Amino acid sequence: MQLPLGIEVPIPTFEQFVFIQVALLTAVAGLAVVISRNLFHSALALTLTFFGVAGVYVFLEAEFLAVSQVLVYVGAIAMLIAFAIMLTRSMMYGRTSPLNNQWGKSSLFAFLFFVALLAFARATPWPAAGEEVVADEALIGALGREFVTNYVIAFEVLGLLLLVALVGAVLLARDR
Amino acid sequence: MQVTQWSEALSSWLMGLGLPGWAAIFLVYAVGSFILINYGMLSVLLLIWITRKAISRIQDRIGPNRVGKYGLLQTVADAAKLLSKEDITPYEADKIAYNLSPVLSVFGVLMLLAVIPFAPGLTGVDLNVAALYVVALGSIGIMAALMAGWGSNNKYALLAGFRVVAQLLSYEIPLVLAILTVVLLTGSMRFGQIVELQSLHIAGFNLGLGWLGIVMPGALIVFFVSSLAEAELTPFDLLEAESELIAGFHIEYSGMKFAMFFLAQFLNAWILAAVAVTLFLGGWQGPGVGLPVIGPLLGLGYFMIKVYGIYVLQQWIRGTFPRIRIDQMMYFAWKVLVPLMIGLIVAQAIIQKLPTPVAVQYVLIFIANVGVMAVVAYVLQKYFREEQMRTKRSFEPTSLIGSMQVSEKGTMY
Repeated sequence: MQLPLGIEVPIPTFEQFVFIQVALLTAVAGLAVVISRNLFHSALALTLTFFGVAGVYVFLEAEFLAVSQVLVYVGAIAMLIAFAIMLTRSMMYGRTSPLNNQWGKSSLFAFLFFVALLAFARATPWPAAGEEVVADEALIGALGREFVTNYVIAFEVLGLLLLVALVGAVLLARDR
Repeated sequence: MQVTQWSEALSSWLMGLGLPGWAAIFLVYAVGSFILINYGMLSVLLLIWITRKAISRIQDRIGPNRVGKYGLLQTVADAAKLLSKEDITPYEADKIAYNLSPVLSVFGVLMLLAVIPFAPGLTGVDLNVAALYVVALGSIGIMAALMAGWGSNNKYALLAGFRVVAQLLSYEIPLVLAILTVVLLTGSMRFGQIVELQSLHIAGFNLGLGWLGIVMPGALIVFFVSSLAEAELTPFDLLEAESELIAGFHIEYSGMKFAMFFLAQFLNAWILAAVAVTLFLGGWQGPGVGLPVIGPLLGLGYFMIKVYGIYVLQQWIRGTFPRIRIDQMMYFAWKVLVPLMIGLIVAQAIIQKLPTPVAVQYVLIFIANVGVMAVVAYVLQKYFREEQMRTKRSFEPTSLIGSMQVSEKGTMY
């Protein structure tokens, strides 16, 4: 497509078109998390961001990761955040300002972090393009096998961490 | 004729008309989801009618019988009434959460219809992670209830919102573990494949009776009980306990928004029944589904009979069981169902690694399941006996002993 000033605009394919929508949704929701004045709305926007990330996983043909993302992040983490906000009443009704006196410094560091990420993303040789990938159910099997072979220590330590968290929660909630 | 072939034929015909490939595929999927969603919405009319009739019979009433034959159109009349009602937004309600919540609750349930295999080849999309997908999308329903409870600016709605999270998150765990037993046995999370594996071939004829529920009745019962809790049906209907919370998280809703919550609830009960049938009761399997022409039709018939059978069973329980208290509900999920399912999964994993023929493994899994059920029954019986003793003791007049006479048997005069 040719614009009047001689700027070439590539016409996106259907997949790119849908991807742009998903990516925009994720980015806008992520922005809403930060700038919303109502903390509960921030939590809702965060949920939407998680969904957007799941959508990106679907584009990478990693359905298992996408569904796990929804299950863990939307089903548990977003729910817990919303729950915690609902239990703290003063935050719930007070219209808190999203800005404090450190917003200038933090936005600078956020920008620097973005630049660093961009540099890493451009420097990394991504293997995905045009290569044969393990698909479908073989992928899930391969993932499970990796967890109990190559990454067994990380896997076990994570399990231990969750157990510790669980015991701590029970200890805190126990009647004395 | 397989439906996947239909969709391919339709898309190739559309491409023949000069449409680009992506547009044809998009159109075919749009038509498919249009049919599926409308089926889901319209079947709710029937589901509500079944519920009303079943509960009326249990309560020795006749139920709706004026609008249409056998009162079948009563729900249509009710829907028309609800549409004409005033739409109220409470004072200082959170507009975004309040208005988005009914939409999300219906959306989360309708999305589940996509993976249900209705008949051989008749499924929206045969997702390779369908079993996990069903559980993951359940969280949208929880989020919707939470948003409704918070957005209504009503303390009863808020309390119900807390209960929703407590109940649905707790019962999600035994539900997932029960699904996991099936995944462990079949080695697949694809609903189509799980149903395929439940056939039983005798002399080349597909008898279709190799249901996993026969091999693992314990997991089936745990799944059924958890699905009752997930669908907010009677023994677990604390979320809309009229005597405590007025009506639950949807008190402040009126008109069509209220109707949407109800639609989501009834459809959710039906879909959970469909998932139970798919995982444990053979889905569309039954005698004669392998036949060339009438096979798929028979399969659809078997599937519908099984699902509506489970649905009627749910309503039967709804009409006859008392509501349990919130502490009993939590006790049952965390101290009975979860430990038992974990024990069952460990037992099954060990059994499946034994160097024995598959048939022997099935028998061992069956024995393990029966053991699980025996333990559940024992724990429940012991718990309720203790509970009964405690309730009796709390009603004994300890401070009024002088003024009341208590007989030797314990009954008061």
